[in-house]
Amino acid sequence: MAGSSWLPRWFYQLASPRWCYDITGKLLPSFFIAAILLLIVGVVWALAFAPPDYQQGNSFRIMYLHVPSAILAQSCYMLMAIAGVVGLIWKIKVADMVAYACAPIGASIAVMALATGAIWGKPTWGSWWVWDARLTSMLILLFLYMGVMALYAAMDNESMAAKAASVLSLVGLVNIPIIKYSVEWWNTLHQPATFTLTEKPAMPIEMWLPLLVMVVGFYCFFSVSLMLRLRNEIIRRERRSGWVRELVASK
Amino acid sequence: MQFETMSEFITMDGHGLYVWLSYGIGLSIIIGNLVLPLFKRKELIKSLARRLRRENNTQ
Amino acid sequence: MAELCTNSAEISLGKLFSAVLRRDLLLSFRRKSDLVNPLIFFVMVATLFPLGVSPEPNFLADVAPGVVWVAALLATLLSLDGIFRSDYEDGTLEQVILSPQPLMVVCLAKVMAHWMTTGLPLALMSPLLGVMLFLPVSAMFGMVVSLLIGTLVLSLIGAIGAGLTVGLKRGGVLISLLVLPLYIPVLIFGSGAVQAAVAGLPLEGYFALLGAMLALGMVLAPFAISASVRISVSG
Repeated sequence: MAGSSWLPRWFYQLASPRWCYDITGKLLPSFFIAAILLLIVGVVWALAFAPPDYQQGNSFRIMYLHVPSAILAQSCYMLMAIAGVVGLIWKIKVADMVAYACAPIGASIAVMALATGAIWGKPTWGSWWVWDARLTSMLILLFLYMGVMALYAAMDNESMAAKAASVLSLVGLVNIPIIKYSVEWWNTLHQPATFTLTEKPAMPIEMWLPLLVMVVGFYCFFSVSLMLRLRNEIIRRERRSGWVRELVASK
Repeated sequence: MQFETMSEFITMDGHGLYVWLSYGIGLSIIIGNLVLPLFKRKELIKSLARRLRRENNTQ
Repeated sequence: MAELCTNSAEISLGKLFSAVLRRDLLLSFRRKSDLVNPLIFFVMVATLFPLGVSPEPNFLADVAPGVVWVAALLATLLSLDGIFRSDYEDGTLEQVILSPQPLMVVCLAKVMAHWMTTGLPLALMSPLLGVMLFLPVSAMFGMVVSLLIGTLVLSLIGAIGAGLTVGLKRGGVLISLLVLPLYIPVLIFGSGAVQAAVAGLPLEGYFALLGAMLALGMVLAPFAISASVRISVSG
């Protein structure tokens, strides 16, 4: 490892499925509690206490689901592609499993962003679906997720499927900016970005704070779901190793 | 609290259907993403335990 | 083929490229049906629109840029599976991977051959569809050039999907699932170019964007294609 000692030690430890299983088992409860608390606080705040928008009235409360899910769907794709690349380069099995676990979660979150966007569109734009740039690129993101999942499903050999899916998700990652740019160029009807951390928020602070709570809550929920799926995948693929046998026998 | 009464909270000035529908969808997707892996884990451990017993019996 | 099979790594890349290109072109000219089928499909899809929607000339002229581009995209998609399929089945692909020659160059040559046998004839035939769909004559030039550039990008991207699915028995539907979302930017700018040509707007910007995508694809796609072929063949 002398040549690549710039990587921290935990990076190599993560490569061990057993270590990864143990550490996620320790992290799970705290993330779970944080996710539940943040989501409950965020939802109650968003539904009951945030002031209504002066133009959209109460329908703008859908934003507290729509924006976090849209952000999460994109970062989930990013994580999937990065994990795939790590698996391709360093041949780390756990990274392949992370990429595998990301795909269904990301797809369902993209569905959520699309569904909430469509429902929000009905009172705001007057129709369930509008071919605007953001909704369209989210739809394409969902297609990309579905392609990756179809590729996983079509291949029986696990390591081959992992490599193929990493190549595909990497190609998709290179394409996402191009798709976004082209779709935005093609049609822009949506309002400009509602949520950025670096700039001063355009909406009043009492609207913006619950959104922040929801975004953090969504990320915590995502980590919980990812860890649950990852642990399942570790047990499944390591079923022939001694520690999994002991674990199963002890239950 | 932005709402005076419970019925006001439910109707949301006529936008109740949209708001509650999207929160229902969101909630079910979140819960599904948490519950499905847990079920799968239970099943997985059950099938692995069965396989383990089978192997022990044949030896 | 002799250049391909040799074990010395001494032959130049240009020679390797032209050898593979010549071989693939020869093979596809021997199987004429594979050559003609995408073209027939292209014309048939375009025929379906007047029959299915409306034969009204104004309406058809409006939708013609999109219809021609979608038909070209589908025709390319249909022929993608053949890029690596026969070479995979008779073991040539494995030999190519084992040979000391860079796989990337071989893949790029195969993509070029694929484009020459599908994209190029499609682009040359598109004025016929333009006439059928009442596209103004002034827009023909924009349509042909945008198809010439665009179909090459489609072949490059599609070869990635073909490489990923070549090891699977039924890769046909899967290829479309993997590749279609990646085709969207090409479709947008390609049909945009034709629409601009219809409206009499300047085309240079569209050609530049399509050219930029082509340059990016030429540089990056060979890596992805060779990686995907290697994964599919050697597991």
